[in-house]
Amino acid sequence: MRVSILGAGVAGLTCAVELAERGVPTEVFEQGDSFGPQSCSWFAGGMLAPWCECDHSADLVATFGEQSLAWWTKRMPTLVQRGSLLVAHGRHASELVALSRRTSRYEWLDADGIAQLEPALAHRFPKALFFKDEAHIDPREALRCLADRLISLGGRIHFGVASTARSEGEHLVVDCTGLAAREALPELRGVKGEMLVLRSSEIALRRPVRLLDPRTPAYIVPRQNGVFMVGATMIESDDATRITARSMLELLSAACSLHPAFAEAEVLEMGTQVRPAFPDNMPRIVRRPDRVHINGFFRHGFLLAPAFAQMAADALLTGEPCPQVAHENHA
Amino acid sequence: MLVYDTQLQSRLLLGTSRYPSPAVLTEAVKASGTEVVTVSLRRESSSERSGQGFFSIIRSLGVRVLPNTAGCHSVKEAVTTAHMAREMFATPWIKLEVIGDRTTLQPDVFGLVEAAKILCDDGFQVFPYTTEDLVVADKLLDAGCRVLMPWGAPIGSGQGLNNVPGLRAMRARFGDVPLIVDAGLGVPSHAARALELGMDGVLINTAVARAGDPVGMARAFADAVKAGHAAFVAQPMLPSDVAVPSTPEIGLAHLI
Repeated sequence: MRVSILGAGVAGLTCAVELAERGVPTEVFEQGDSFGPQSCSWFAGGMLAPWCECDHSADLVATFGEQSLAWWTKRMPTLVQRGSLLVAHGRHASELVALSRRTSRYEWLDADGIAQLEPALAHRFPKALFFKDEAHIDPREALRCLADRLISLGGRIHFGVASTARSEGEHLVVDCTGLAAREALPELRGVKGEMLVLRSSEIALRRPVRLLDPRTPAYIVPRQNGVFMVGATMIESDDATRITARSMLELLSAACSLHPAFAEAEVLEMGTQVRPAFPDNMPRIVRRPDRVHINGFFRHGFLLAPAFAQMAADALLTGEPCPQVAHENHA
Repeated sequence: MLVYDTQLQSRLLLGTSRYPSPAVLTEAVKASGTEVVTVSLRRESSSERSGQGFFSIIRSLGVRVLPNTAGCHSVKEAVTTAHMAREMFATPWIKLEVIGDRTTLQPDVFGLVEAAKILCDDGFQVFPYTTEDLVVADKLLDAGCRVLMPWGAPIGSGQGLNNVPGLRAMRARFGDVPLIVDAGLGVPSHAARALELGMDGVLINTAVARAGDPVGMARAFADAVKAGHAAFVAQPMLPSDVAVPSTPEIGLAHLI
């Protein structure tokens, strides 16, 4: 068997690496000329947060997220596992309580506890939820890391190529092209996400911090050298052209309310993409005669793709059906 | 309940924002038995071609769509959004919100009356999100509105009915105008209370969407609305300052 994978986002690359590690000759075809803004993965937060992300299907996200976290830990040397912190301003403190009821693996911190973990946030919030087992990665670095690994395993990546291959005999095609696969997967819809990249030398954060706010929930993920990613809006829209003024205002307000020094930060980048999502916002593995689709990662590409890559590889190599959760019609 | 010549069996209207997923929204709508869902245009579609995925899910729910102008802070914004909504959903219905305060999301009743007049004159059937102020209500009816949507409490606050005497006064004054409590309800008992007061219906969004189990909560609200209305029809007893025994006292043995 040999496999052609369409799309070099996190879904395609995790699947390629998983198959290559199992000895399957694997090639990836990416329409773009390099890793870049044509893919949602380029703009991801890179938070590996199985227990924070409990807005829907909390049990499944926790199970697959934990499995994926283990996968990344073995393959990504620069993964940072210092947990994640959830805070809310005084009048929205009930949001923390509401979230804590839906999840597990957290501890409550008081103002002193917050100050110990994140001195920059000392005495800005009375309470926080701390998920110590969670981790984060730099998504762009992660894509390159996966590509290097694939190549070292004998796989190949072709950029600037739109493959029209179909599964035939021992040649299998796996489509991980997100919204581009919409014609074949009519249930897919787009959910617009917008993000900003800021740089500030005045603030240091050691881990992702989420600000729970009923109107504009936001998160800030620290990268190297004083760079921060601020994300991300969720708007039911297919329009990936630009960030709106309102979204920028909301994201920047959230950042500044987390720490006023963000008001002096430089804006390095504004990003907009459209996430592919099925109606239940959970990914699916869909087998069709001409190809296998792995799609619908919504806001959980880095969090869930490895687990789905493993399930897909199991199914492809054994010929067994995918687990029920990854079926087309499980919703 | 008769709103603008449309007879509705269900007195529960459901908002479509902030659900965990469209699949959960779909299930919640089914469980609620609602015939009308509200949809926000302002936030969901920044241009014409966007938002189609979500809107096609809304259309597939098989219920009436009441588009709203949530998030509009001026008359002009609200009127423009109403026109977009009419085109997109081919309905004359519009839930008119003109927000006057960013923190409390209180309606700007001056802008509301002005926008209502413009839209009614243009053939819209306007459902205005208003306060319990009787003078404002009069002016909205003068403008051409045939339904009023007084708030229970600030949007999304879940506080319940903050001004029961105000709502009673509205009911007493506008006997034949459908009154639908919009915003601020948190739990089914709030909805039941509104119906017991003689309100014609309630509109719920956050209380269902952000519940741990939105589908279960939608069902609970549906039951509460039915119970509240049945109680209103059955004419509740009047409260008394003193205890009134429910069994006769005459004939009891006096043991001294």
